[in-house]
Amino acid sequence: MSADFLYTIEVILNGLMAGVLYSLVALGFVLIFKASGIFNYAQGVMALFAALTLVGLQEGRVPFAHLINAVFGTKVHHFDWTLPAIAAIIFTILVMVLFAVLVEKLILKHLVNQEPIILFMATIGLAYFMEGFGDLMWGSDVKTLNVGIPQGGSLWFEDFTIGWAAEGEKFYGMYVDLLDVWAAIIAISLVLFLTVFSQYTKSGRALRAVADDHQAALSVGISLRVIWVLVWSISGFVALVAGMMWGAKSGVQFSLSLIALKALPVLMLGGFTSIPGAIVGGLIIGAGEKLFEFFMAPIIGGATENWFAYVLALLFLVFRPQGLFGEKIIERV
Amino acid sequence: MLYREVGEFKTSYAQDSQTFPIRFDRYRYYFVIIVGLLFIPFVINDYWANAVFLPFLIYAIAALGLNILTGYCGQVSLGTGGFMAVGAYASYKLMTAFPDLNIFFVIILSGFVTALVGTLFGLPSLRIKGFYLAVATLAAQFFLIWLFNKVGWFYNYSATGMITSPSRSVGSFFITGSESTPAAKYLFCFLFVFLLAWVARNLTRGKIGRSWMAIRDMDIAAEIIGVNPLIAKLSAFAISSFYVGVAGALFFSVYLGAVEPTEAFSIQKSFIVLFMVIIGGLGSIFGSFAGAAFMVLMPVALKNLLVLQFGWSVDIAAHFEFIIIGGLIIFFLIVEPHGLAQLWNLLKQKLRIWPFPY
Repeated sequence: MSADFLYTIEVILNGLMAGVLYSLVALGFVLIFKASGIFNYAQGVMALFAALTLVGLQEGRVPFAHLINAVFGTKVHHFDWTLPAIAAIIFTILVMVLFAVLVEKLILKHLVNQEPIILFMATIGLAYFMEGFGDLMWGSDVKTLNVGIPQGGSLWFEDFTIGWAAEGEKFYGMYVDLLDVWAAIIAISLVLFLTVFSQYTKSGRALRAVADDHQAALSVGISLRVIWVLVWSISGFVALVAGMMWGAKSGVQFSLSLIALKALPVLMLGGFTSIPGAIVGGLIIGAGEKLFEFFMAPIIGGATENWFAYVLALLFLVFRPQGLFGEKIIERV
Repeated sequence: MLYREVGEFKTSYAQDSQTFPIRFDRYRYYFVIIVGLLFIPFVINDYWANAVFLPFLIYAIAALGLNILTGYCGQVSLGTGGFMAVGAYASYKLMTAFPDLNIFFVIILSGFVTALVGTLFGLPSLRIKGFYLAVATLAAQFFLIWLFNKVGWFYNYSATGMITSPSRSVGSFFITGSESTPAAKYLFCFLFVFLLAWVARNLTRGKIGRSWMAIRDMDIAAEIIGVNPLIAKLSAFAISSFYVGVAGALFFSVYLGAVEPTEAFSIQKSFIVLFMVIIGGLGSIFGSFAGAAFMVLMPVALKNLLVLQFGWSVDIAAHFEFIIIGGLIIFFLIVEPHGLAQLWNLLKQKLRIWPFPY
């Protein structure tokens, strides 16, 4: 095989891996949109907040240290203990559940039956709030997150692929980041877990009922409020996983919240209401934007990744206005 | 007591269809115009112009534009920042290519350029609806900003990639550049706000405004009663982009003087303008002004309060600013989802029967 062909395969492979990470974020959106019709812009900030909390707990940082120091003139920054990764993850999940309860109690309860755009705006407000709150709680410096996921290029895979190139070609094997591989594995198991959960448990069935029809679900005795807390907790958990992966990749900092913007075209492409759509959409977008950058960057200049996904999704939408897997939009007068 | 409509008899069609049918409203409007024209220009200084009045006036234009699209025609757009950038770059190219052209016409022409671009990006709205469209407009936002960063022609191949507005004047008053005075800038923006608000008000209550509202309320039904969705949606996109483009041109040339697209016209701008429209009130001219005032004044007030009064360090104050802005937005949406305009209407209702509510 020629080296160019192999490079292209390498680009596609890495694109698919990145796409899995996009799908992880998109998944959180889809869950909330299905269950409550809310387009939750705060999903990215939730991932940031979860990652910040995880790092903070793991390293034993004092919450609001900066504020405490400013008010009382003290100099606290760390507790004496550090937590093992698994304990920190469990505590962070508890924090995200608490967050879900608070969101339901303080915001969603009061905004029942509002127009979708009002709810959307409320989640942007929530995103602003969480951004300030997270920074205030844990400080705005860039933190490194290490939960024991292996990182760096896979030597085995490089050795494995080096022989594929034809004799005499300059090819040194394909580069695949171990972290991306792990992310893909975790994402797949997460989707399997969610599928099993929604198919075979009582709460999962209730969740699907609410997604189908709010009124009908209410009339058979399903509490919408409990479902909302549940679904926000689950997407808090998904946000934690996404935040963990992205945080391990590029550090925990403000820019982490911008992954929400990466997930939006994925959602558009896959359809707002479809979990498989989020996965397939993520893969298409991930591979597509990496390929486009690979082939077009020398011609029209780099950094096309910011907009290419949107344009690609837009083109798809012109042919399928509800996304690839979205529910068919039926309009009645 | 003061606010009454009894005893006001309309004796001509002109009186019946005027914008402010109640005398008190009309006087209040004249009062605001007179204060804006004859009082503020004489007392304005650099701080007040740059921190409060110029951003308020310019954002009010952008909010009017977005309100036409989102509030009246029901098409949610998140590309406002990108379209503002189009206006800014159009005005820059026009100013540098035609140095003799009056700045007033430069701004108007940049509005038309933006209208053209806006119509182009509005085309998908014929097929895509709701949130899908909102996300689709993000394509405009990211693509346009990328374009202005990458293609040298737009910033005349300057080394920094920034655009800087040259000095331009109306008569002997400098509007842009270093010699400009706050009063001249303020009056220039005021003129645009006045004209555009007047146009918006009359567009929205005319035939075209009604067709927008029909599309917003239910597009299929509107189509059946004879509203052409192609014309209604694209005209809303065009006119809204015109407003946003004018705002962007003023933002660059008059207010900031020098901009760099990724900073000045980021997606945050789109959100801020959308907040103005929602907090002010969807589908209300007054709401656009109220929302712009709220979103411009609140950060200034918070900064003054927290940093100067309480003496907090700047970074803690910045975090609190985020928390408070986010909290207030949620609070407002919960208390009054129809925005400040609705609160204003309620207040007027109360005033009508005050002091004898029963």
